[in-house]
Amino acid sequence: MTCCAPGAEAAADLLTTTLSPDELRLASRQLGDGTSQVELSVPAVHCAACIATIEGSLARLPEVTGARVNLSTRRVTVKWRGDKLPPIVETLSRIGYPPHLFQDGEVGKDRTFAELIRAVAIAGFASGNIMLLSVAVWSGADGATRDLFHLISALIALPTLAFSGAIFYRSAWSALRHGRMNMDVPIAVGITLAYAMSLYETLTHGPHAYFDGVVSLLFFLLIGRTLDHMMRDRARAAVIGLARLAPRGALVIDEAGRRDYRDLAEIAAGDRLLITAGERIPVDGRVEDGASDIDASLVTGESRPQAVAGGGMVRAGTLNLTGPLTVVATAPASDSFLAEMMRMMEAAEGGRTRYRRIADRVSALYAPVVHLTAFITFLGWLAINGDWHQAMTIAIAVLIITCPCALGLAVPIVQVVAGRRLFEHGVMVKDGSAMERLAEADTTVFDKTGTLTLGRPRLVNADDIATELMPIAAELAAHSRHPLSQAIAREATSNGAAPVFADLIEKPGFGIEGRTQGSTWRLGRASWASEGQAADESGTVLARDGRIVANFRFDDVLRQGAAKTIARLKQEGRLVEMLSGDAEPACRATAEKLAIENYAAGLLPAGKVERLEELAREGRKVLFVGDGLNDAPALGAAHVSIAPATAADVGRNAADFVFLRESLEAVPLAIEVSRRAGRLIRQNIALALVYNAIAVPIAILGYVTPLIAAIAMSGSSILVIANALRLLAGSRAPATSVEAEKRPSSLEPAAAS
Amino acid sequence: MTTLTYLIPVALFLGGMGLVAFIWALRSGQYEDLDGAAERILIEDDVAPRR
Repeated sequence: MTCCAPGAEAAADLLTTTLSPDELRLASRQLGDGTSQVELSVPAVHCAACIATIEGSLARLPEVTGARVNLSTRRVTVKWRGDKLPPIVETLSRIGYPPHLFQDGEVGKDRTFAELIRAVAIAGFASGNIMLLSVAVWSGADGATRDLFHLISALIALPTLAFSGAIFYRSAWSALRHGRMNMDVPIAVGITLAYAMSLYETLTHGPHAYFDGVVSLLFFLLIGRTLDHMMRDRARAAVIGLARLAPRGALVIDEAGRRDYRDLAEIAAGDRLLITAGERIPVDGRVEDGASDIDASLVTGESRPQAVAGGGMVRAGTLNLTGPLTVVATAPASDSFLAEMMRMMEAAEGGRTRYRRIADRVSALYAPVVHLTAFITFLGWLAINGDWHQAMTIAIAVLIITCPCALGLAVPIVQVVAGRRLFEHGVMVKDGSAMERLAEADTTVFDKTGTLTLGRPRLVNADDIATELMPIAAELAAHSRHPLSQAIAREATSNGAAPVFADLIEKPGFGIEGRTQGSTWRLGRASWASEGQAADESGTVLARDGRIVANFRFDDVLRQGAAKTIARLKQEGRLVEMLSGDAEPACRATAEKLAIENYAAGLLPAGKVERLEELAREGRKVLFVGDGLNDAPALGAAHVSIAPATAADVGRNAADFVFLRESLEAVPLAIEVSRRAGRLIRQNIALALVYNAIAVPIAILGYVTPLIAAIAMSGSSILVIANALRLLAGSRAPATSVEAEKRPSSLEPAAAS
Repeated sequence: MTTLTYLIPVALFLGGMGLVAFIWALRSGQYEDLDGAAERILIEDDVAPRR
């Protein structure tokens, strides 16, 4: 509890780590002349008022010299002067924008994107100017004028080819070097030959030069590529902006009792760490002192918090809920549970590395055919009239006309449009191949805790508890961070008058105790609350002077839309399974409520991967939906994977899709959009091939002029883009369900009852 | 024909100016927060943001 006022926190805040001044200092960097700068992620920013509020409040802090919000990346950059750290985190939390840190590795400008934009700008400039000169040639300029125009075009096109074309040359080269074929190989060959031939034509005063075709081809293709990159970039920025769940370091106590905040990498086995309530445990360790409850739902999938005391083992990534702990690290961060999961994930990398994208598969067939056709045309014309020059000109015209302009745009443009549609519904797509793989998936496997359920308990028997006891329980519960206490506090209505308690004490691992009107009330573990009388009873109770007066029963809240999602997937004839690390009874209850017939409980991370591999061997393409650290290897092993935004960092990075809203209906939505995108992609490829079937004979017969090539190229590109935009039609329809998704479901989890 | 000798350089020069201006804008970070730029127009500078 370093920065947030207790009581002001919602239950969901338990999922986020608190950000200590030490962590902030570690993340900041010196700019020289006594100024420091830190970049923080503030996911809550969404409008002009937010920007004004944040920048205004930070600027009012005396040490702060500058604050700038970036709305696209949801970040704020703060600069301050002097050694003293201004209360940045406190200020932001107070005005309602709790900040988070993000991984260092992702900071920094996106060089690829900047290069792409520059390449598009240059290609755009060049194609505009060359087209201007070409129109003059098409409309009848000849003789010296035409040669001059061609020469100027050649001069403009050369640097364009060198700079903008370099992107294709590099990609084609790296594909060829690895013995593969991609779309960029025919493009690179086509533009180079076309340029060389046009240059020869120009120097020999020939009538036809294709400089306009070459640069406008580059321009179109670069637009497609830039859009594709933008989509991925946006998704990446949004995912990075989410709360980071792994701690950055920990408070280490040395021999002399000094406390020192150290970076995670510097913590060695044997170090003593102080972990306050509400902090995540950074490394695997043994509890030396203190007692508390540990929430391991994100790590193992167990939904119930577990009590730990001296001697107990704790795992990296689990959340310390109720009391401070002194932990002796048993392994450095690199050997902790978290690191082990990452290693397993890398080893499990399955479907996605084997998967070849549709565009690559098409081009592997397409490129040889195109090159062969051009070559045969060349030989054919040579055999007919023996004119080297004419045969060459016509063969290159074939290459230009078949240059996969439409084919190059066919796939990315659909995926960009589909990605945008999913983005509007709060689903992030990592890259285009994810959509292709999702369209293929025929089996859906869910994790339980945190995915089908929210990993947040809910009181189920509130109505059975006497009305005069409920306010008492709620008053006691309000003083604890334990999830079960918070569930009681949430359920209580404010109509009963709550007594004022004196001497409120929370006994970590047991419960909370308070005194009022001469009697002692205890809320917590049955054996403790009854002072040992009901030692064999389990569960959570309220006791007055050692006598149990009320029993509380809990249930995990189902994620909103879970029942609908399962029903819809089954209706579409997909196999649905649930794999969980949680105990059997909890799994059975959830499976029954959601009508899932196939489930397995108590699985270790390796067990989940094994099951996925078994399904893969049966020839199934598996979609895995999971959130925990223990799901990360499975997320990596599945053919395609989806994670909620609340997932552990590793899992979120491993997943192909991340959904930001609470409802699970994002899953069928992603499937549906991916399927439609898959259909449109196939249509587009068919369109591009039909266009070639018409254009190629004309080219082979030698009737193609630069004007016809330019018209055919832009015509087919526009057709393909227009077809892709059909995906947006009808996307406005489910507006009502979008509204419903925005509402926090803690109010009314309708699907659960 | 003589008009071409200066019209073509003029056309190329103007186009080039546009290109240079765009690259300058790109380098000075004006494309880094497009969403923010769209929203910032709504902030009133004269009135200090209050909360």
